[in-house]
Amino acid sequence: MMHDLPHHPHPDPPPPAGEGRGGGVSGGACPLLAAHGLSLRYGAVPALDDVSLSIWPGEVVAIVGESGSGKTTLLRVLSGLLRPEAGEVLYRDPEGAAHSIHGMGEAALRRLHRSDWGFVHQNPRDGLRLGVSAGGNIGERLMATGARHYGCIRAAASDWLRRVEIDPARLDHLPRTFSGGMQQRLQIARTLVTHPRLVFMDEPTGGLDVSVQARLLDLIRGLVAELGLSVLLVTHDIAAARLLAHRMLVMRRGRVVESGLTDRVLDDPQHEYTQLLVASVLAA
Amino acid sequence: MSATQTRSAEGAAAAGGEHRSRGPAGPDAGYNFGYLDENTKRMIRRALLKAVAIPGHQVPFGSREMPLPYGWGTGGIQVTAAVIGPDDTLKVIDQGADDTTNAVSIRRFFARVTGVETTERTAEATIIQTRHRIPETPLHEGQVLVYQVPMPEPLFRLEPSVTETRRMHALADYSLMHVKLYEDIVRHGHIATSYNYPVMVNGRYLMSPSPIPAFDNPKMHRMPALQLFGAGREKRIYAVPPWTEVRSLDFEDHPFEPVRADAACALCGSRESYLDEVVTDDRGGRMFVCSDTDYCHTRQARREAAE
Ligand SMILES: Nc1ncnc2c1ncn2[C@@H]1O[C@H](COP(=O)(O)OP(=O)(O)OP(=O)(O)O)[C@@H](O)[C@H]1O
Ligand SMILES: [Mg+2]
Ligand SMILES: [Zn+2]
Repeated sequence: MMHDLPHHPHPDPPPPAGEGRGGGVSGGACPLLAAHGLSLRYGAVPALDDVSLSIWPGEVVAIVGESGSGKTTLLRVLSGLLRPEAGEVLYRDPEGAAHSIHGMGEAALRRLHRSDWGFVHQNPRDGLRLGVSAGGNIGERLMATGARHYGCIRAAASDWLRRVEIDPARLDHLPRTFSGGMQQRLQIARTLVTHPRLVFMDEPTGGLDVSVQARLLDLIRGLVAELGLSVLLVTHDIAAARLLAHRMLVMRRGRVVESGLTDRVLDDPQHEYTQLLVASVLAA
Repeated sequence: MSATQTRSAEGAAAAGGEHRSRGPAGPDAGYNFGYLDENTKRMIRRALLKAVAIPGHQVPFGSREMPLPYGWGTGGIQVTAAVIGPDDTLKVIDQGADDTTNAVSIRRFFARVTGVETTERTAEATIIQTRHRIPETPLHEGQVLVYQVPMPEPLFRLEPSVTETRRMHALADYSLMHVKLYEDIVRHGHIATSYNYPVMVNGRYLMSPSPIPAFDNPKMHRMPALQLFGAGREKRIYAVPPWTEVRSLDFEDHPFEPVRADAACALCGSRESYLDEVVTDDRGGRMFVCSDTDYCHTRQARREAAE
């Protein structure tokens, strides 16, 4: 089976997360987001145990691992929704200034979430307003960032429906009349409409039929390339990581046990847990 | 509906009546001035000062039991009780009318517990307590307009969590309200909100103007009078200081438009005032009359004088 690996946006691959003391600079660019020494436990459960990672502009990084390994927790800590017990997350804004995610106020963090960042939830119900039309769902972020022209908001929403392969005739329909796959595509449109620089995705294809998953992954891949997005993608699905990610991190019990370029990790896994993961996919 | 009926019954009697009257024989000695005790009034005044300092921001206050049930304007009554002094002249209106049961009983209440002068004339009042309207006669500096507010939170229908609405106010994150207006236009072709139309105060806080018609919203903008809002059941006070910017939310291509019935008042002929539709007989007869009774009477009197 041949895979068409995503072309890495950086000529010099950045160092794997956690490596290199003065790391963070690669090929002259700075990481968009850099985390160091993140730890968080729930009672005796170490949900995160000394996790470090960086993501560069235009890069897709997949976080894989079994259920309960800490993937969602990591995404929530990186995006500022959860505070770690130890460690730090730095975000570099478009002007190049670095901000500590857990040091900035709630207002600044919210602004970041509705302008520079996007979050795609596994369950579209968590990311959509089900009682609001498709157009209103897409328009919300535009309005949150100051759009006040109804006609322009509609035009943008209509354009985004087309881009996520939903018939623009559904613009005024409620999302609860949409299929699961359509709802997920609507959630993606609603998130990307303001052209965020960094998108967090937690199992965006989870809970969908296999054929619908494949189509959605293709769509995400096209949009990521077109918009030059940086994406932190949490997934159970090794094939999704293979299709979308430049680099991947393998998590187990709150630790990153292996990380590197996707093809290297999948074709030549070093850690025995990764070997097991890859083998189980091949066997399936 | 019942308000309109009450009005047509009592209105006729009051129409030719006196506009000004003194409290029975000074305040009733059985009550503290203004009914509330001095500590309570001070507590409410402190909340009012804070509200004036942060225009449009809801300030919690320790709402007291009043001799009227909630829904009868206990929030407005407490605010009036806290700011009224012996030299004030009080006007009370309900849906624009001085002669409805609610307005009459609140006016009598204050006459009894303060002994202040009361009036139906907007221009002569120093304090006007209102439910559902802003007088047509422009208010001037030095006047205080006290609104009775049933629900102070403009986002409550859209976001049930109080913690979340509080956060939205703190962060001035009001996109949810714009989504609501967007949906209005999708469904009705225009913003279908004719009462309690949300406003931005001083470019910072989203505020409920109380259930006044959207027609009245422009009167709030840069009003020379002080506007105070009291919500008794919800225990909130807020304020708009004189000359403050008050903007109705809208879209550039769907600008806010105050609507009124396209008719003239059957009694005074006004084409500018806000009109109520009144049933005139039991055979379906109807007519439009000014909702603001003082405005309408004044115009009628002027017309008679000219004839
Ligand atoms: N709010 C919480 N309270 C207690 N324990 C929690 C909480 N959230 C997560 N955990 C625990 O932390 C660990 C990591 O959970 P997390 O949700 O991050 O895993 P995950 O990798 O996203 O799993 P899945 O693939 O099932 O979504 C698990 O053991 C989980 O039970
Ligand atoms: Mg998870
Ligand atoms: Zn009239």
